[in-house]
Amino acid sequence: MSSQEISEAESLRHEQDAHGTEVAEHPFADPGLPPHKPRKQDIDERAARRSERAVALLFTVSMLATIGFIASFVIFPVDKIIYVWPLGHVSATNLSLGLTLGIALFCIGAGAVHWGRTLMSDEEMVDERHAVAATPEVKAKVMADFADGARESAIGRRPLIRNTMFGALAMVPLSGVVLLRELGPLPEDKLRKTLWSKGKQLINMNTNEPLRPEDVAVGSLTFAKPEGLEEHAEDFNNQIAKAALMIVRIQPDDIKDRRQLEWSHDGIVAFSKICTHVGCPISLYEQQTHHVLCPCHQSTFDLSDGARVIFGPAGHPLPQLRIGVNDKGYLEALGDFDVPVGPAFWERG
Amino acid sequence: MSTTTATETKRKAPAGERVADWADGRLGIYSLAKANMRKIFPDHWSFMLGEICLYSFLIIILTGVYLTLFFHPSMNEVEYSGSYVPMQGIRMTEAYASTLDISFDVRGGLLIRQIHHWAAVIFLAGMFVHMMRVFFTGAFRKPREINWLFGFLLFVLGMFTGFTGYSLPDDLLSGTGVRFTQGAILSVPIVGTYISMFLFGGEFPGHDIIARFYSIHILLLPGIMLGLVVAHLILVIYHKHTQFAGPGRTNKNVVGMPLLPVYMAKAGGFFFLVFGVIAVIAALFTINPIWALGPYRPDQVSTGAQPDWYMGFAEGLIRVMPGWEINLWGHTLVLGVFIPLVVFGLVLAAIALYPFIESWITGDKREHHILDRPRNAPTRTALGVAWVTSYMVMLIGGGNDIFATHFHLSINSITWFVRIFYFLGPVLAFIVTKRICLGLQRRDRDKVLHGRESGIIKRLPHGEFVEVHEPLSQAQLHSLTAHEQYKPAHLGPVTDENGVKRKLTRGEKLRVKLSKGYFADGNQIPKATAEEYKEISEGHGHH
Repeated sequence: MSSQEISEAESLRHEQDAHGTEVAEHPFADPGLPPHKPRKQDIDERAARRSERAVALLFTVSMLATIGFIASFVIFPVDKIIYVWPLGHVSATNLSLGLTLGIALFCIGAGAVHWGRTLMSDEEMVDERHAVAATPEVKAKVMADFADGARESAIGRRPLIRNTMFGALAMVPLSGVVLLRELGPLPEDKLRKTLWSKGKQLINMNTNEPLRPEDVAVGSLTFAKPEGLEEHAEDFNNQIAKAALMIVRIQPDDIKDRRQLEWSHDGIVAFSKICTHVGCPISLYEQQTHHVLCPCHQSTFDLSDGARVIFGPAGHPLPQLRIGVNDKGYLEALGDFDVPVGPAFWERG
Repeated sequence: MSTTTATETKRKAPAGERVADWADGRLGIYSLAKANMRKIFPDHWSFMLGEICLYSFLIIILTGVYLTLFFHPSMNEVEYSGSYVPMQGIRMTEAYASTLDISFDVRGGLLIRQIHHWAAVIFLAGMFVHMMRVFFTGAFRKPREINWLFGFLLFVLGMFTGFTGYSLPDDLLSGTGVRFTQGAILSVPIVGTYISMFLFGGEFPGHDIIARFYSIHILLLPGIMLGLVVAHLILVIYHKHTQFAGPGRTNKNVVGMPLLPVYMAKAGGFFFLVFGVIAVIAALFTINPIWALGPYRPDQVSTGAQPDWYMGFAEGLIRVMPGWEINLWGHTLVLGVFIPLVVFGLVLAAIALYPFIESWITGDKREHHILDRPRNAPTRTALGVAWVTSYMVMLIGGGNDIFATHFHLSINSITWFVRIFYFLGPVLAFIVTKRICLGLQRRDRDKVLHGRESGIIKRLPHGEFVEVHEPLSQAQLHSLTAHEQYKPAHLGPVTDENGVKRKLTRGEKLRVKLSKGYFADGNQIPKATAEEYKEISEGHGHH
């Protein structure tokens, strides 16, 4: 392979494309491939033998590491925790299996690459490229063949067959689409209703006991669920995803929203815990300002002002649950939320 | 070597040949090998990035198959009784319980899980960087536009495969991510609630989503991706690899080393290197400790919840978007969530479309096998950097809480910074990148015309000090001037040769405008010409 034989890109020089964007020329001729410079291993057999030993050593280390992997697998119990500086307390199996497997694999790779780089020929070779597009003769032959085939099928001459075939092919996937209907129920009013209704007591999420007004201290954030919803219930997650409630006590004088005050009991207000942005549960409460923050996307609501959005991506306030106290002195709901809880949707209105 | 082994190998060789003959008679392997066994691949470190993607994809499939042997994609609730003490007695889905089992009760299970997850993270990062390499060197040009699209699809499908994968354990973090997805789906006008009900088999979270994500994660998406990877590789072989300009390297050849033996060793070895490094990372660094927070419950959440990095920019979009909602005629248009969803699609679509936009602007219908150096396509490079900048700004937006707590900054200021810099950042990046490219082009031009700064200071007879510039070799001169420079398109005369007013479509006017933006004076530095070189080198020598 000599550099003189390499065809120059000069043919490109005078090519101009059809759209008239001209291309500047190559000012300095291509001198062709430089002559091959031999490596140390190519001329010094001792260097080549050193490379050979290095490759063999790497492959040997790999074998030893695989034996180490099998040994670690047998030796360490699965729950063995060891202290390794600076990783801390780690699983002995995970560490030993991972390191031995990693070394076994890496050494195969390093050996192969070292072999390729030092002992295999590094003389550059040349392949010619050929245009991807077919020659005009080939194209003409294909077009003629296609025309023959199309004519013999009579698809152009018999439009009745053609049109009914396209009709049938277009319609048959509809069966598949129809089958997808079984994936789930229609939305109906499922997103508007929660388990809350008039007279349902507010149950403390932590203690599983009904809440009394005196249980709710100023500055604390209490989470509640509706009476009758048990954690082991089949649809607990579906229900709590809508019914989760957070309760705070605010000095009635500090409540800026008039309706909020009406719907509260003695300064105790209950809001949906589900963020109106995309539905994360809100969990951070700032006692002094009565702001709550959703930790997912940082929507911030002012619980002393109708839970309006004061920062972040949420689009509307948290729905408030109207509460009161029943004869037994427990907090109870006075109805369901008047608007859908959670993220907004097209039918929300 | 002793004589016995020599004769043994002699006897073995025909056996191997007989097997090959047998296969050739049925598969035609000799013709295939004739074309490909000694196929030439050019060498450059950046061509290795695609290999990282391919190998991490294989590692993901290998480890993923292992994980399916132990994972139970079910949302039936069980009481945990495995060996991880803090979770004993807690009610959780079988999906979560079996992931705990993989992590604590299957020997090596945690390692395989961590290799799987690390490899996924590296796969996506590899694709991102590989695509940047292809973009900034113009390797997406004809005839490789379709392969660019295949690669683009692999990246997008990889994102969703990753998302459905890390959602499977049904731990508190992953469930939160699924909730976020459901909230985003609800924002879609008209059909949002229907899609949500159909996807989840009813209300969120329901009992179906893990099983459905499972079949999407292990069958549907990887099946499509495997097909795309094969098609991607076939096209790489069919088109032959691109190469950088250099002596002996033309648009009509490919210069490098043969597949057998050099790339068998180097590329084959590289698979083991990638696998080895990922295994070591998985041994040393915990990823996604699903046992830390417990099973998913819709009314619980942790702070600092973050998706995997490749979903971070979607997270950023959703975090920094103002909460716009329009209520009209009893319907809600949830722009605050829907706009991020649309922008997410548009930002990705821009990647897919770019090769077609650029070829429309240049009007170039030729094949391109010589790579551009990024500096020699200043506008393209600047656009690419602008895109990456907006992407990175959104990654900051996606981690605004992490940045706030780690750097003691106000989350509100970070959010406002992201809101402004999502628009301003790309503009600045575009201008700066273009200036840098033009500066580098000028330097190349100087280097060609005046030679390389040798660092040798010479004192002239009359006392002046000058630095000696060494002239470049012919090979260097050629390499630095091998790139093509388009001339900007022109609208042409307003009237044709008969004096009739020519009709100019709006598209044609736009094309000319964009072409000027790419190639007009000031948007690229004309490369040195042979005449200039001659004049300078003959005129006053090198100094």
